[in-house]
Amino acid sequence: MIKIEAIVRPEKMEDVKDALSLINVNGITLSQVMGCGSQKGKTKTVRGRTFEVNMLPKIKFEIVVSNEEWAQITIDAICNAAYTGEIGDGKIFCYNLDNVVRIRTREIGITAL
Amino acid sequence: MIDSGNTAFIIICAALVFLMTPALAFFYGGLVRRKNVINTMMSSLFIMGLASVLWVAVGYSLSFGGNTAGVIGTFQNVFLNGIGWEPGTYADSIPAQVFVIFQMMFAIITPALITGSVVGRMNFKALFLFILLWSFVVYYPMAHMVWGEGGFLAEIGSIDFAGGNVVHISSGVSALVLSILLGKRRGAEQGNFLPHNIPFVILGACLLWFGWFGFNAGSALAADGLAAHAFLTTNTSAASAMLSWMLIDILREGRPSVVGACTGMVLGLVAITPGAGFVPLWSAFLIGALVSPICYFAVSVIKVKFGYDDALDAFGCHGVGGIWGGIATGIFAQSSINPVAQWNGLAFGDVKLFLAQVISIVITIVIAIVGTLICAGIVKLIVPLRVTEREERVGMDETAHGERAYPTFTGLD
Repeated sequence: MIKIEAIVRPEKMEDVKDALSLINVNGITLSQVMGCGSQKGKTKTVRGRTFEVNMLPKIKFEIVVSNEEWAQITIDAICNAAYTGEIGDGKIFCYNLDNVVRIRTREIGITAL
Repeated sequence: MIDSGNTAFIIICAALVFLMTPALAFFYGGLVRRKNVINTMMSSLFIMGLASVLWVAVGYSLSFGGNTAGVIGTFQNVFLNGIGWEPGTYADSIPAQVFVIFQMMFAIITPALITGSVVGRMNFKALFLFILLWSFVVYYPMAHMVWGEGGFLAEIGSIDFAGGNVVHISSGVSALVLSILLGKRRGAEQGNFLPHNIPFVILGACLLWFGWFGFNAGSALAADGLAAHAFLTTNTSAASAMLSWMLIDILREGRPSVVGACTGMVLGLVAITPGAGFVPLWSAFLIGALVSPICYFAVSVIKVKFGYDDALDAFGCHGVGGIWGGIATGIFAQSSINPVAQWNGLAFGDVKLFLAQVISIVITIVIAIVGTLICAGIVKLIVPLRVTEREERVGMDETAHGERAYPTFTGLD
């Protein structure tokens, strides 16, 4: 099993959600996160004074899929949906997952997905 | 002869009407998504600046100063030249300036109502220019025709106590036309446009109700029995409409929604506006109770069928509610209540007033449609009406103003 964490632009959230649903990836966890990458944030003006804003709001998707093949399909779908070409499109992190448990039935592993 | 009681009353009523514009900002602000709330509220707020300045400079004069062919005023009172502390043409017991102040608040709230249909996608600069032009092309002529000296809609015998035609139909129809010109918001298919802050909606709707006492009772232009009558019909209509919307919700969904109850209140206030000082109190129950089902049909069936994106139902509420109010005034008005009405309404067997009301509504609709097309056409030559796709996706707060209503919990943005 592979866990995919995708950090994307907030305005791309709905596009990514729809792209995942289109390839039948239905189990999604979503959270609002803050971060910075090579962008180094931006500046903002309040009542004529300038402030540095380092952290930018992003959306993090967490998805678990059963194998490499599905991971690749999922990653492609996210990349296509979240792409703008500008700095700040986000990143995807993948890693192997040891175990999954469905709380209601105590099923373990792929059947619990 | 200046009457200090009347003067004090109208000054306070003017302040109450002023409060309706920030109230509208909260009402509309709560109904939009969180990324557009600041832009939506600003769309009402900036008009407090723009329309006030215009009103004192030329607006009053073009609406109420003199008469040009029954359609618009003149430039005789620009910068309130000749408007003093003595009573003027329009009320004989209050200073002419008090009438100017009271009417100024109407010139602020009316264009603000339009902004409900365009949220989430209209370029702020385009909106600013549009409201500027619309005040000249639609509002000042409408105010003159209905309330001004020699205005032709008053001459044909139609009546509008506090602004059904001038305020609600004109702004509601203009809002519809503008929303069609702009097109739908992006993501109408994938996202949902649920209200993001219902307590804001409650705050806005209740302050609108409060301010409306000044709007309608103050339109008597004196602290007298007619003011009390208008206050009572206003409150009764708002209350009935709130209850009837709750009933519709219960019948259809099994439970009353708060957004629905707030919408009902505002609808009841809209519907009674043209008739508040003309119709008997018993008819206020009917005017209010019927406006909710009529507008519910407009926003849930007609809007869906034709597919225009009147985002916050500025047309569905103010346009449709205002038209019902104007017609209801033609049905229930009694000249014994207010002799400004030359004839009784349809319910008392007289057809003349009813016809005059219908004609004045149709003329208002035509003026609003043509005026909006002209204003939007001119604005389009200067700036694009609509923002870019990226700006719309990111949200109008960030892209139009560089501000966010709700920082994330860390406060680092």
